Amino acid sequence: MTNPPPVKAARSGPMADRIFGWLAKGAALFTLAMLMAILVSLTISAWPAISKYGLGFLTSTTWDPVKEEFGGLVMIYGTLMTSFIALLIAVPVSFGIALFLTELAPAWLKRPLGTAIELLAAIPSIVYGMWGLLVFGPLLATYVQQPLQAMFAGVPYLGAFFSGPPVGIGILSAGIILAIMIIPFIAAVMRDVFEVTPTLLKESAYGLGATTWEVVSTVVLPYTKAGVIGGIMLGLGRAIGETMAVTFVIGNFNQLDSLSLFQAANSITSALANEFAEAGEGLHQASLMYLGLVLFFITFVVLTLSKILLSQLRKNEGAKT
Amino acid sequence: MTTGELLLKAAALEQTRQVRYAQRKFVNRVALTLSLVAMAFGLFWLCWILFETVRLGVGGLNLDTLTQMTPPPNDAGGLANAIYGSFLMVLLATFVGTPIGVMAGIYLAEFDTKGWLASLTRFVNDILLSAPSIVIGLFVYAVVVTRFKSFSGYAGVIALALIVIPVVIRTTENMLQLVPAGLREAAYALGAPKWKVILSITLRAARSGVVTGVLLAVARIAGETAPLLFTALSNQFWTSSLSEPMASLPVTIFKFAMSPYENWQKLAWAGVFLITIAVLGLNILARILTRSKT
Repeated sequence: MTNPPPVKAARSGPMADRIFGWLAKGAALFTLAMLMAILVSLTISAWPAISKYGLGFLTSTTWDPVKEEFGGLVMIYGTLMTSFIALLIAVPVSFGIALFLTELAPAWLKRPLGTAIELLAAIPSIVYGMWGLLVFGPLLATYVQQPLQAMFAGVPYLGAFFSGPPVGIGILSAGIILAIMIIPFIAAVMRDVFEVTPTLLKESAYGLGATTWEVVSTVVLPYTKAGVIGGIMLGLGRAIGETMAVTFVIGNFNQLDSLSLFQAANSITSALANEFAEAGEGLHQASLMYLGLVLFFITFVVLTLSKILLSQLRKNEGAKT
Repeated sequence: MTTGELLLKAAALEQTRQVRYAQRKFVNRVALTLSLVAMAFGLFWLCWILFETVRLGVGGLNLDTLTQMTPPPNDAGGLANAIYGSFLMVLLATFVGTPIGVMAGIYLAEFDTKGWLASLTRFVNDILLSAPSIVIGLFVYAVVVTRFKSFSGYAGVIALALIVIPVVIRTTENMLQLVPAGLREAAYALGAPKWKVILSITLRAARSGVVTGVLLAVARIAGETAPLLFTALSNQFWTSSLSEPMASLPVTIFKFAMSPYENWQKLAWAGVFLITIAVLGLNILARILTRSKT
């Protein structure tokens, strides 16, 4: 017969276990509560503006703190337009980078180059903003905007996009800077999903005599479609929510009277960054909170889509995202 | 059909084949060249930004930058109060956010890996991880600043801590899942209670990974400006009281860079240089830590 273990020691386990379990569960629930709290508190703070303007807020272009008239279309347009330009530039470049890192780069270069691109993602957005305003903006104005303007001066329709003061701040500059900022995010996801493609599939295609490009475009891309779109959505979410870099270069101008890409404009985030601390309590602040709520809603939808698409790929093959 | 015709046909076929092959090779070469160009494009921005940051930042950097207070326009001064404020708020936010993040990560990896609560938490956490940080600022403003009727360092700490939590949850969970199940089972077989197994076996085995997550979180919040704009606000003077508005490096850079004063812009570049060095340093350190493990 062996002696049973000391009773006391045996009991201290379960009790401590239960407390530890509660703590862990509590921390997980805390995350859920945080999301709910953000939604609820923003809605409450924005309520005066929501009840006054309703959904008409989203389609009105007046933003006049003096007369207390508020509408969010200028900022929403700025946010969507800058993000759109950013995607237009970032998607092909990210695809090229992912292609290079997975199919072209020699093994010894893969790691350092991948790290370099990831470091681009780590640079704080305020650094991009200041660099964009003081270094990049003036160069963009002289070497890109002025020639473009001269080129499209008389062209109907297209000319409208390139009118306006070519000073290096405005929607185009903000879009380009956003593109540089989201390239690493999209490229990293694309690289990860490209690597998920089974080697067998790729080697079969190579075995049939396909070129590298044919393997990527007819085997890898169709296989990783969902993941690639998910990565693009992730980048879009980042671009929409990015604050500091945009605030520096967009020019903070609350008017929407031309299609010009050179015109100073405003985005949701830059309006918040510039006006919120100075806004008096009341309708101005409530309207800004409303904008914040709209921003959160848009990013929520975009990120949810991204998550669903990425997990589809994971279900197929156990991808890491 | 005569033999001659057949031969001619074969030759024509061979020719179209070769043209097709040349075309495919050409397309391939164009695509790969463009891919190389894209890579160069990405690296180009990294190098340019780093180069300008160093060139303009080092110019504004001297001993005064680290020891003097932020000056009024057109006056000599430094960034001491902003650096101190940033340091204090980042440190406290890390201490507040890390335990919550690690515990939630433990829950996801050790207690409930497949249940609905875990899937929901994972989903929400991924949303929070990429959510605009300015919204966190708005939230803390609505909940903390309006309640206490004052911008304060505490509000800044809370805002930053809320950004730390999702980052730490994500890495902790991933790192704990890498710990081999045999290690856990061996500990259970010895009669260790679950909390002890987790704290002194799995968490210890995943230590360097968890530390990496914390370092990445610190790097992230060290450069965050948006959530501090209307929580901690800024302060021109030295303060170690967290219940007052507090200066931070990013907010000070924002204020100074947008100003027309030359000395302010110079200080802003120095600040940008310091932040970039710190953030990239932390990122590289985090990478070295995980690499030595795997």
